Amino acid sequence: MLGDEHIELRRTVEEFAREVVAPVIGDYYERCEFPYDIVRKMGAMGLFGLPIPEEYGGMGGDYFALCLALEELARVDSSVAITLEAAVSLGAMPILRFGTAEQKERWLPKMASGETLGAFGLTEPGGGSDVPGGMRTTAVLDGDEWVINGTKAFITNSGTDITGVVSVAAITGRGGERPEISTILVPSGTPGFTVSKKYSKVGWSASDTRELSFTDCRVPSENLLGERGRGYAQFLQTLDEGRVAIAALSVGLAQGCVDESARYARDRQAFGQSIGRFQAIQFKIADMEARVHTARLAYYHAAERMLACLPFKKEAAIAKLVASNAAMDNARDATQIFGGYGFMNEFPVGRFYRDAKILEIGEGTSEVQRLLIARELGVGA
Amino acid sequence: MNIVVCVKQVPDTATERKLRSDDKTLDRDAADGVINELCEYAVEEALKIKEAHGGEVTVLTMGPSKATDTIRKALAMGADKAVHLVDDALHGSDALSTSYALAQTLKKIGFDLVILGSESTDARTGVLAAMLAERLGTPQLTLARKVDIDGSAVTIERVTDYGYDKVEASLPAVVSVVEKINEPRYPSFKGIMAAKKKPVETLGIADAEIAADQVGLASAWSEVVEFAAAPPRAAGTVVKDEGDGGAKAAEFLASKKFI
Repeated sequence: MLGDEHIELRRTVEEFAREVVAPVIGDYYERCEFPYDIVRKMGAMGLFGLPIPEEYGGMGGDYFALCLALEELARVDSSVAITLEAAVSLGAMPILRFGTAEQKERWLPKMASGETLGAFGLTEPGGGSDVPGGMRTTAVLDGDEWVINGTKAFITNSGTDITGVVSVAAITGRGGERPEISTILVPSGTPGFTVSKKYSKVGWSASDTRELSFTDCRVPSENLLGERGRGYAQFLQTLDEGRVAIAALSVGLAQGCVDESARYARDRQAFGQSIGRFQAIQFKIADMEARVHTARLAYYHAAERMLACLPFKKEAAIAKLVASNAAMDNARDATQIFGGYGFMNEFPVGRFYRDAKILEIGEGTSEVQRLLIARELGVGA
Repeated sequence: MNIVVCVKQVPDTATERKLRSDDKTLDRDAADGVINELCEYAVEEALKIKEAHGGEVTVLTMGPSKATDTIRKALAMGADKAVHLVDDALHGSDALSTSYALAQTLKKIGFDLVILGSESTDARTGVLAAMLAERLGTPQLTLARKVDIDGSAVTIERVTDYGYDKVEASLPAVVSVVEKINEPRYPSFKGIMAAKKKPVETLGIADAEIAADQVGLASAWSEVVEFAAAPPRAAGTVVKDEGDGGAKAAEFLASKKFI
């Protein structure tokens, strides 16, 4: 399903990751510093605009192109990959899909160039997938302004110097059977919108993740994103797409583990020979390759259905489940192959190990993916 | 301004590069072909000059048919069109005959400014810019780390051992660049897609009025007589410090004429 232009894009991003990201990302990671310089260069080559139409300054490509770029970046580093994933799939895509002409005009060109990052505020300290039950943030229409109160947790890209806007999901009414949820655009710097300091994270250390709080934060009523009360449906669609993107990112990490392990197995000597001559190592690397290969096919398949406008909820859940598993398993095996060096931050596999775990949690945990798959099969209904 | 960038496809330096045992030329099938790194800087500089002064950037390459990959890359970066000089008769051409073939092609397609990388990672002769300028009868401005265009004048900073020389000439001219000159852009997806639609003209030697007896292995002025793999690296010398380590290290460096 890869066209010539997809293959060429993949090769270009692979080169970029190897030449621009790989030499410096370890230092950013160690310092927990957001890599503005790398992000600027990613913007210059159009990565943030991959699935955005040309009329909004994008590249006019498709979501699959974005997935390939995420995979190639994550082969080298997940912090920059998740920065791109969140900016495009969670920041820009909801505005592209549900925004008014004015909202698109205002935000998309700057987002497509990478000059401005967007973020998506759904998860709260008391609930991630438990929506709307766990949601506490509210937005009340007061005249022609929304007044927002509440807290959002673990929001990627929400506190960088170039963050422009956060799409905040909030309860906007309680009349019906279920609370009414809507999404509202809150520009950075709006009074009453406070960005907390960065979390100290186990992995993804060079990415920006924050807690956000809203205290009587007022934005104009036209900042409503899409229809009032459609917030739930909107983010379900956003998350289905996002799962394919996270699957691609997971495949990249899993592939990075294979790349590093295969090289190390050739170079590292033990007991008078390169360790790749031991079957224990060969079998591990073969299993790692098999995992990443099947996971890649799973996300290609989900992406293919998505682009063909066919139902892809189950395929996206399967891709996310198997790819995050592959990433975690490969990271564990790669670290084991590297021995003591695998436990050192200066080697990429140490980073891969720390970065893998969140893939089984973010954008719906593995348990949630299983629930979705079972539900699609009509089990437990 | 009509800018022509000469680019070359070379074997990837990350893979093992070989010569063919039969005719002692480069084994182009043994390694992946990639654009010569310095050529990317040449393309970037051409694009910058076009962005500042207007005009058109044409990519010119001489090489086998698989060199189209290299052309595509330059077009994806933003060049407008390409000319691919491809002919079996060119196989085995040395620097002199290559410069002749390219000069003939350049005369045919026309140019105000020719830009090329100062050397390739495969042959590494570094003489093509000078030879081209001579054959075309234009000034040569080589090893540029900076290029400025002002009307019909071109000024470069030419890197030297002691710093740089400022060299000025009038167009048309041939300029070769070094890697200090810029930071080549990565093609965008839009550029990659646009490249598919850009014109690539394929010329044989007859089209470019290149005399068959002036090119190819048989006409080469230089000949590879023999080649051998580089010997494996010898074990290093260990200097044990018994209070005179510094002196011994200095002695070693002096013996190798490093100091």
